[in-house]
Amino acid sequence: MKKPIPIKELSPGKRGVCFDEVVLGYTEPEAIEEASRCLQCKVPLCSKGCPVGIDIKQFIAHIAKKDYKAAYLTIKEKNNFPAICGRVCPAEYQCRKACVLTKKGSPFASEQAINIHFLERFASGFGTKEMAKASMEKIPELTSKKVAVVGAGPAGLCCAGELARKGVQVTVFESLHDTGGVLRYGIPPFRLPRNILDFEIECLKEYGVKIVPNYIIGKTKMLDELFKEGFSAVFLGLGAGIPSFLGVPGENLCNIYSANEFLTRVNLMSAFKFPEYHTPVNVGKRMIVIGGGNTAMDAARVAIRLQRMNGIEPNTSIFYRRTEVEMPARRLEIEHAKEEGVKFEFLVQPLGFTGDKDGNVQKMKCVRCELGEPDASGRRRPVPIKGGEFETDCDVVVIATGLQANVVLTQVTPELKVDKHKDIIVDPETMQTSMKGVYAGGDIVGGEGTVIEAMGMGKKAAKAIIDYLKSK
Amino acid sequence: MKIVEKKILVDLPGTKVTQIKVIAPHIAAKALPGEFIVLMVHAKSERIPLTIVESDSKEGTITIIFQEAGLSTKLLGRLNVGDSLFALVGPLGHHTEIKNYGKVILVGGGVGIAEIYPVAVALKKAGNHVTTILGARTKDILILEKELKSASDELYITTDDGSYGIKGFTTDVLRQLLSKDKYALVYAVGPIPMMKKVSAVTLEFKVKTLVSLNALMVDGTGMCGCCRVTVGGEVKFTCVDGPEFDGHICDWAELEKRNKVYTCKEKHICTLDEALK
Repeated sequence: MKKPIPIKELSPGKRGVCFDEVVLGYTEPEAIEEASRCLQCKVPLCSKGCPVGIDIKQFIAHIAKKDYKAAYLTIKEKNNFPAICGRVCPAEYQCRKACVLTKKGSPFASEQAINIHFLERFASGFGTKEMAKASMEKIPELTSKKVAVVGAGPAGLCCAGELARKGVQVTVFESLHDTGGVLRYGIPPFRLPRNILDFEIECLKEYGVKIVPNYIIGKTKMLDELFKEGFSAVFLGLGAGIPSFLGVPGENLCNIYSANEFLTRVNLMSAFKFPEYHTPVNVGKRMIVIGGGNTAMDAARVAIRLQRMNGIEPNTSIFYRRTEVEMPARRLEIEHAKEEGVKFEFLVQPLGFTGDKDGNVQKMKCVRCELGEPDASGRRRPVPIKGGEFETDCDVVVIATGLQANVVLTQVTPELKVDKHKDIIVDPETMQTSMKGVYAGGDIVGGEGTVIEAMGMGKKAAKAIIDYLKSK
Repeated sequence: MKIVEKKILVDLPGTKVTQIKVIAPHIAAKALPGEFIVLMVHAKSERIPLTIVESDSKEGTITIIFQEAGLSTKLLGRLNVGDSLFALVGPLGHHTEIKNYGKVILVGGGVGIAEIYPVAVALKKAGNHVTTILGARTKDILILEKELKSASDELYITTDDGSYGIKGFTTDVLRQLLSKDKYALVYAVGPIPMMKKVSAVTLEFKVKTLVSLNALMVDGTGMCGCCRVTVGGEVKFTCVDGPEFDGHICDWAELEKRNKVYTCKEKHICTLDEALK
């Protein structure tokens, strides 16, 4: 069995002082070699691991035969955003974990598994706007129908693309001044370069998708008004809106950020280019990120870059209450964070913060934990150790422990049924909500998921919306 | 998002207050007193929240008033009629609950006077007896006197230096009024020390007090938590839970400190801007 082809990366030294992309991608010979490792299973398991069901076996075969355009179009059939997914998908928990080369029972993909995401990324480099346009499959009876999509994040954009490809007139309403949702405000440019994101969204416009920024459904316009204005159906990709805090004393001290705020300042508002860009972010000498997901890794990697870029001795730590194995983050992000100098403190739980007279955070009080019985998530629960309290210095803290539902629209739309987490209740088959003609997907439906899961829901909803439009 | 009217209300060394009217038909159609917008002047600018002072749904415009404080408001002040904002979104936040309370007092300090104006108009229209107290450092920086005079049954003006109206603070007049008569509501907007003092006085007289907080914000839709404040021991987001809160239970010290978290950076960027000019 041939060894997997490693991916080229920017050296940790170089990437420390900039926001350039870290993963550099395969060269053509590397991609062909990696593609030719694929066993081309009779019954491929990989596609079952893909939330949008890309014909992985097929596109890899195309790459091996150097037919990159065909590889690109094969992916495009199921996924409108190959360049994005090839970069941000947690492939080791999805297609690569399903790959036959992954050892049975492994919690994530084995190293031997085909580097499907890197191949997807390679193929995505061959996409052009013309090809996007050519892949339209207009259904004549749908071309007079209008559908509104609320939120220009992964779920909304995916749904919009699927509908527009079939000829539906789609308008996407976005509350922020720029598109992409979490892809832009959450994921840093060194993981997803902005020109790549812009290109994928530009391709949607080729299908005729209209995007209206600075427009909040639930504030600027109500849901029922959209129907009155002639939209036949609405898709809600509202996202997980409100950041969770820890609920410990001292949490409102200055320089304690939610990951959403910290990352939005840096990614969406480009605070890493302050003062050229005017939004500031405070960079500390001792920065702590709390959490173990991708957002925590992103925040820590942003923090340590900002320290270096500001001439501060890098000192950024991630504090997580379980161990590395339980971390929900992509393995690659954890490795990258380590390479870049981020330190990890496992089995620690924050108890509170204290600050100076001006209200700036100075110290964090924590308790050491051990792993107990598995909790509802199936992961072993951290249990505080008696007498395990300690204090640590910090001057900037980022809390990356999750998000709650965005309630801007649901709280003014009582007809829209929500569950106890205030997530919108949908029929899992069609993504239809309690309101006729209204569908939802992404984080506003199942809490926090991945980009590709959100896209999967957007796609499923698009299919149901098309059936609904046809039946009208 | 085009500016169709611009008025310089105050132009003194160190204090510049400007009023602009902007085309925003969707916002104008929905805007209610107490709500705000978030805007960006240029593509590289900050997102800043500003109260909607007036909205005209027929004309499709909203009016905002701002004092130049940091770089963003300075840049906004440099825009002229015909220029467009880069981004404008709203209306945001909860609107003021407008009903007939009976006798109400509105207290406005500095540029906060602009924020009490739409509330005064609406409360008066709802049948309230509106008493307004305006406070300014000195005569020349007092804004909207004429407008608030017509929106109020009684109007008092205080200046710190005695150059106009009563010499002293808004709270001096407030205390006198509250000790003479019963009022159902006090509504105050202004600098934090003023709102804090107003709330302390009204607490003595046990009069319900609403304040509109000016916390720092980024998105303005509940996404980031930059504007979090402690009210009655609970963490609230000014943007989606406010901006109005019960002044008696706000943690003023915390808000004051949190609002100063970028003072250093603000000075730095303003110095750079001066150097470039």
